[in-house]
Parts: sequence; structure tokens; C-alpha cells
Amino acid sequence: MGNEEAVFFSRLLTEMTLSFHIIYATIGVGVPLMIMLAQWVGIRKNDEHYILLARRWARGFVITVAVGVVTGTAIGLQLSLLWPNFMELAGQVIALPLFLETFAFFFEAIFLGIYLYTWDRFENQKKHLLLLVPVAVGAGMSAVFITIVNAFMNTPQGFDLVDGELVNISPLIAMLNPAMPTKVAHVVSTALMTSAFILAAIGAFRLLQGSNHIYHKKAVYLMVKVGLVFSIATALIGDFSGKYLAEYQPEKLAAAEWHFETAGNAPLILYGILDDGEVKYALEIPYALSILAHNDPTAEVIGLDQFPEDEIPPLYIHYFFDVMVTIGMFMVVLSAFYVVAKWRKWKLGNSRFILRLIVAGGPLSMIAIQAGWWMTEVGRQPWILRGIMRVDEAATSSGSVDIMVVAFALLYLILGVGSVVVLRRMFRNNPVEKELDKMEADRLAGETK
Amino acid sequence: MTLTLEIIGITVLWFFLFGYVIVGSIDFGAGFFNAYSLLTNRQHILTKIIQRYLSPVWEVTNVFLVFFFVGIIGFFPKTAFYYGTTLLVPASIAIILLAIRGSYYAFETYGSRGHKGYSFMYGAAGLLIPASLSVVLTISEGGFIDMIDGQPVLDYSRLFLSPLTWSIVVLAIAATLYISAVFLTWYADKAKDPEATKLLRKYALIWALPTMITATGIIVELRAHNPEHYANILDVWWAFLISGLMFAGTVYLLWTKRYYGWAFLLLVGQFFVAFFAYGWSHRPYLLYPYLTIYDSFTNEAMAIALIIAFIAGLGLLLPSLYLLLRLFLFNKDYVAGKKEDNHA
Ligand code: HDD
Ligand code: HEM
Ligand code: HEM
Repeated sequence: MGNEEAVFFSRLLTEMTLSFHIIYATIGVGVPLMIMLAQWVGIRKNDEHYILLARRWARGFVITVAVGVVTGTAIGLQLSLLWPNFMELAGQVIALPLFLETFAFFFEAIFLGIYLYTWDRFENQKKHLLLLVPVAVGAGMSAVFITIVNAFMNTPQGFDLVDGELVNISPLIAMLNPAMPTKVAHVVSTALMTSAFILAAIGAFRLLQGSNHIYHKKAVYLMVKVGLVFSIATALIGDFSGKYLAEYQPEKLAAAEWHFETAGNAPLILYGILDDGEVKYALEIPYALSILAHNDPTAEVIGLDQFPEDEIPPLYIHYFFDVMVTIGMFMVVLSAFYVVAKWRKWKLGNSRFILRLIVAGGPLSMIAIQAGWWMTEVGRQPWILRGIMRVDEAATSSGSVDIMVVAFALLYLILGVGSVVVLRRMFRNNPVEKELDKMEADRLAGETK
Repeated sequence: MTLTLEIIGITVLWFFLFGYVIVGSIDFGAGFFNAYSLLTNRQHILTKIIQRYLSPVWEVTNVFLVFFFVGIIGFFPKTAFYYGTTLLVPASIAIILLAIRGSYYAFETYGSRGHKGYSFMYGAAGLLIPASLSVVLTISEGGFIDMIDGQPVLDYSRLFLSPLTWSIVVLAIAATLYISAVFLTWYADKAKDPEATKLLRKYALIWALPTMITATGIIVELRAHNPEHYANILDVWWAFLISGLMFAGTVYLLWTKRYYGWAFLLLVGQFFVAFFAYGWSHRPYLLYPYLTIYDSFTNEAMAIALIIAFIAGLGLLLPSLYLLLRLFLFNKDYVAGKKEDNHA
């Protein structure tokens, strides 16, 4: 296998593993906080519906964590297996956050084990709830640290390059790179938003299926409220991310926006197709790109004309950007509408139509995550370390990457299908109604004793 | 010999690898015994004991491994080039086995009882994982990697035809089962389950001898394969002697059915001493003859940052690990199965 093929298959395998891992990782980051929230509301209001909500979510969470852990282990090893030259170079500067991430995992893993096996073991329920804090913190910190590594790939700093050797290395300055603040904030807030909408979607799905139980209504309302908060945060931070790009990675923003010529008063191009270098059927919002990039409708935005041909990222990232932003806006509007409708007791709020949209909101948010990552990772092309190392210089020279692509594709298929089947069976065999009845019976038995 | 950053780095990593060898072995071996008892219709004896121990800790086991491979790239980035390039196939096989095993464990335990076939797959994977991971140790002895056009290339036929490879594979499997059986004997005894104790004690005694024979055999084979390493091993013969005495102690206690807790501690001691003596004699090579801990080491700023992070992290981890062990391993009621229904 020639180097070109090795590069191609290494990219394919990396894309596949990361895109699969991110599904479970997103849930892993967001759901502990939602469990915490539900359990806390339950304890405060003394409402066993919320407690049961927390308990059932925790059960499902174990399954997604398991897949998150094994696919995370895969990507962790694959980074060295597929991109040895990159890891050898970058490892000298950015190993610190990767190393810190393992501590975050450790912390999370230990307390998750304890939390899961100590339901009802404490007299004071709040103590049990406290065990979730390290789980949520650990999961959040692993997202923070790994995103810092990715930010470094986009804006490497904290070293000097002298004759191909790295000198004057400062791990902390490498971590505090310009891409870090917006990237970390956006990733964490999208994980929380997506987890909330997925849990809301599950509740709405049960309501649509005919269960009219107040338990599901409480779940949907709580999660849509949380989702609203984080989808607004996501949109705001997304706007900051645009400003970051304009300053530090203008080629990525220009490619995502099909902004060919450097110019002021730049319009934002949404949708459309590219026909022989000409944009057709697009929606143009005047001045919006200048506003996104610099908060000033007349500001000049750097276009693709400023970059050598071979350093321009693929232009199809435009579509990823469209998908992400459209879904983001849609979710803000939908969740705001639902919350207002509930609050003002509008009938439309409980209609099947709105419930259907909420069901769609879960998968849509996950699609937005995928689109966002694909935009930012493909938008970094041809660099693996922007300005320093190209992707084709980084890949392995091994000749067996193609077989590994097939093997891992099978693995992810098995894991994906397996996790869905197990989750469905788990909740179908043990419906909420049955469990609530049992809780009620236990309580009565306790009172008569 | 001075305590350089290189030595501190590799010692930290070696500790975690040792941790993985012990907790991983317990886990892998337990899966095998479980499958085996299914096959011989003795499942009722073992399953409960095994699940009660494994359930709360399986994710922690995996982190030991992640810690090791992330740490080695951090402290010794050049390992990414040599091992990363050559290990693609064996390491990918190990990842896939780990992935299937880890996820099916969760699927079964928390989801729903599945097919018997999964238990067998699970048990078999538990033996194949140590086998495939141990190949890395074989490769590190040198003689299997050639430099072709400046790129390291692994020679599979030489690797698979070498007796060293197979001895190390056998050792990995035997040691896995031995470590696991000794631990579970103790655990079953604490759980006051005489039937399980009896069976596991038998397994422990069965696997004791093969472990010792292959370990000795490997040292003899190294004499031809890697004379330099062999000479270094002879220099620390006393450590292997101590290790051997501890082994005898474990077997003696098991044989006389006494102090299973001490038997397990002696076993940990035996492996600890041997593992570190082996690592010590391997020094300074990470990969004979291309890579030493000195020429692959990261820069000083990163090394110090990693060590500080490690110390700070340990301050967080040790109390948490202690809490975990206290709640599950050393809690009489939990071990004995009196507190069963606390699972979410
Ligand atoms: C639920 C998912 C989701 C939603 C609704 C949005 N995003 Fe996003 N976006 C992501 C999920 C995401 C992400 C997956 O988290 C990315 C990929 C890499 C990253 O740092 O975050 C991302 C990256 C990303 C970047 C590139 C940052 C970089 O390369 O450093 C920009 C400019 C935006 N987003 C802007 C927005 C805007 C203006 C949105 C308007 C609503 C928006 N995003 C909604
Ligand atoms: C190149 C990128 C990534 C690498 C190398 C990586 C590595 C890993 C590894 C090794 C694990 C398993 C740890 C264990 O044994 O417990 C893991 C799990 C996890 N990862 Fe990733 N990861 C990456 C991307 C991400 C991203 C982007 C996020 C968050 C947005 C994330 C969040 C998590 C979380 C929360 C877990 C814990 C398992 C869970 O709760 O689902 N990871 N990752
Ligand atoms: C530790 C952080 C990360 C590292 C070291 C890393 C590394 C890489 C590498 C080596 C590639 C292939 C080269 C390329 O095509 O550009 C790549 C591409 C990609 N990565 Fe990242 N990545 C990181 C974080 C992430 C995260 C967290 C995700 C989200 C899931 C992600 C998603 C992708 C995608 C979708 C591609 C495909 C881009 C393409 O086609 O070129 N990456 N990344």
C-alpha cells in the first residue's frame, strides 16, 4: 500500500472512530448533569417521579458509558497507531491535557461505580446525590481536556520551531491557545443541550405512543427547559466561535461561507449550491457575515483569495455549517415555544405535532454535533497541525490500514446496534408504570410496619 | 544511579502497567472461570461471587490501561513512531477484543440476560486480550522489527515462528488465570461461600505451576534471543529469588487452606518484585536496540508538568480508590451479598 492509500484509510478510520465515539461521549458529558438535576428536583419537591427519572436515566447511562469507554480507548490508541509522526511531534507539547484527561476518566469511573451501586444505601438521599458531582465533573473535564488538544491542532502555540526541532516548550501556553475558550465552551454547551433534547425526545416519544403518564410530562418539560437554556448558550458561543475563526483561521470561515473575495459589507450565504465556482439558489443575508466575524456590518472579512491554492479547505464544509446553524436556530425556537406554551397553558403546546418535533429534536441535535465536528475538522485541511504539519506527513506507513477500517466498521456496527437493542429491551421489560406501582407498594408496606 | 526524570517517568508508568496486570488479570480470569463453569454446569457456584466483585469496578480496570498508553506517549513521544507504526494490527486486535468484551459485559449485567454464547465469547476474549497485549513485550525484546527506508516494519513470520513469542503468550494466559483464581478464592472465602472457595482454590493450585514453569522458561530463552537482557537479569537474580519464595508462600497457604488474604498479598508481592526486576533489567531500552528511555524522552518542561500533574492527580485518586475499595471490597455486608438491591 502506497503512502497515499495509507493516508486515505487512516483518515477514514479516524473519521469513523471519532464520529462514532462523539455520539456516546456527548451523552457521557451531558447526561450525568441531567440525572443530578432530576434527582435534586425530586429530593427538593419530595416527588418520587423525579427520583425514578434519575434512576432510570442512570441505568440507561451505564450502557452508553460502556460504549463511550471502549470507543474512547480505541481512538486513544488509534491516534498513535494511525498518526505516529503527529503524536511524536505534538506529544512533546500537548501531552499534558491528554494525561490530565486520564485522571478525569479515573475520577469519573470510580464514582460512577459507587453511585450506581449505592441506591438506597444512604439514609440521607442527598449524600447519594453528592456522589454524582464527581461523575459530572469528571465527564465535563474530560471533554474540556480533549477539546484543548483539538484546539491546539487548530492554533498551535507554546513552542518555537528551529530547524524542525521543537524548542522553548511551554505546556501551559500550549493549552491556553486562542482556539481554546470558544471551542471548549461550545463543545460543553452543545453536549448539555444535546443530552437534554435526547432525554426530552424519549419522554415525548412515550407520550406519542399513548402513555399519558404525568411522569413523562414532567420529564419532557424539565428537559426542554434545560435544553432551551443551553441552546441559547450554544448559539451565543457559536457566534463567538465565528469571531475566533475570522481572526485566527480565516480560511476556514471563508470556506464555510463561500466567501471568495476579501471584502467589507459581507453577506452571509446560507444553503445554495456551487456551480462552477458560482453560488446559486442561496439565501443571502446582507452584512451578516461581517457581523458574525467582527460585530460590525461594514467590517472587511478575509476571503479565500488570500490563500495559496493548496491551503484552501474543501468547500463542501459550507453544508455542514448550514446544517449546524439551522438546527441550532430551530431548537432555540422550538424549545422557547414549548416553554412559553406550557407556561401560558396554550393547547398547542401539548399537541401531537409539537411532540413530534420534540422527538425529532434529539436526533437533530446529534446531527448538529456531527456536522459541527466535520466542519471544523475538514476545515482544518490540509493541516493536521495548522501551519506546521500536513495530514499526509503525519500518517502511518503501515500497509494494513484498509483491513483495519473494515474490522472497526464491523465493530462499530455491532456496538451501535447492540446498545440500541439493549436499551430498548431494558426499558420495555420494565415500564415506568410497573416500577411506580412497586415503589408505591414498598412505601405502603413501610408505613404499616 | 541517579534519579533522573526519565527514571521517574518510566517508574510511574510501570506502576500503572503493574496495576493493570493485576486488576486486569482478575477481571479477565473471572470471565473465563464464569464461562468455564457454565460449560461444566457449575455456574450456580461462581456467578454470584464473580459478578459482585466485578460489577462496580470494571470501568476502573480499563482506565489503568488508558493511563499507561497515554502516559508513555507523553513521557516518551518517540514510542509513537516505533510502536505506533508497527503495532497497528496486534493493537487493533486487542482494541476490538477489549471493546466487545467491555460492552457486552455492560449489556449483560445491566441490560438483560442474553444468550449463553455471549458468556463464552466473553470468557474467550478474556484470555485472548492478555495474549495479544503480551506480544508488545515480546516485540520489545528486539529482533522482530527492521528499519526499511527509515520506517520500522514488523516481521510477522519471524514473530510467529519464535518460541519466545509463544512462551510469553502462554505465560500471560497462565498468569491471568492464576492471579484471578487466587484473588477470587480470597473473595469467596470472605463472602463465606465454602463451595465457591473450594472450587476456586482448586483452580488456583492448578494454574500455579504452569505460571512458574513458563516464567522460568522465558528467562532461559532470552539467553539466546537477547543476551544483553539475559545478562542484566542475572544481575538481579536475588529479586527473582525473593519473588520465587513469595510464590512458594502463596502456594503453601493455599495448600493448607489458611490465610487466603495473605496468600493474595504474597502473590501481589511475587508479581510486583518480578515485574520490577524485569523492568529494571530491560532498562534503558524501550525497544531493543532502537529506542531507549533517554533518546526518546520528552523535553524537560513537559516532563516536569506531567510529574506535577501526576502527583496532583494521585492526591485526588487515592482517596477515591480507597472509598471504592471500602464500600465494595472491604464491606462485609456487600461482599457477603447481604446488600443486594442497591443497584440503580
Ligand atoms: C448541537 C450541536 C451544535 C449546534 C446547535 C451549533 N453548533 Fe457550532 N459546533 C458544534 C455543535 C453545534 C460542535 C460539534 O460542538 C463544534 C465542532 C467543533 C467545535 O469546537 O464545536 C462546532 C463548531 C462551530 C464553529 C467552528 C469553531 C472552530 O472551528 O473552532 C463555529 C463557527 C460554530 N460552531 C458556530 C455555530 C453557530 C453560529 C451556531 C448557531 C446556532 C452553532 N454553531 C450551533
Ligand atoms: C480525539 C478525541 C478523543 C479521544 C482520544 C478520546 C479518548 C477517550 C478515551 C480513551 C476514553 C475512555 C476512558 C476510560 O477508559 O474511561 C474516552 C471516553 C470518554 N470521552 Fe472521549 N475521546 C475523544 C473525544 C472526546 C470528546 C470530543 C468528548 C466530549 C465532548 C469526549 C468525552 C468523553 C467522555 C465523557 C468519556 C467517558 C465515557 C462516557 O462517559 O461516555 N471524548 N474518550
Ligand atoms: C485530541 C483531539 C483530536 C485529534 C488528535 C484529532 C485528530 C484527527 C486526525 C489525525 C484526523 C485525520 C486527518 C484529517 O483528515 O484532518 C482528524 C480528522 C477528523 N477529526 Fe479530529 N482529532 C481530534 C479531535 C476530534 C474530535 C473531538 C472530533 C469529534 C468527534 C474529531 C472529528 C474528526 C473528523 C470528523 C475528522 C475528519 C476530517 C477529514 O475528513 O479530513 N476530531 N482528526
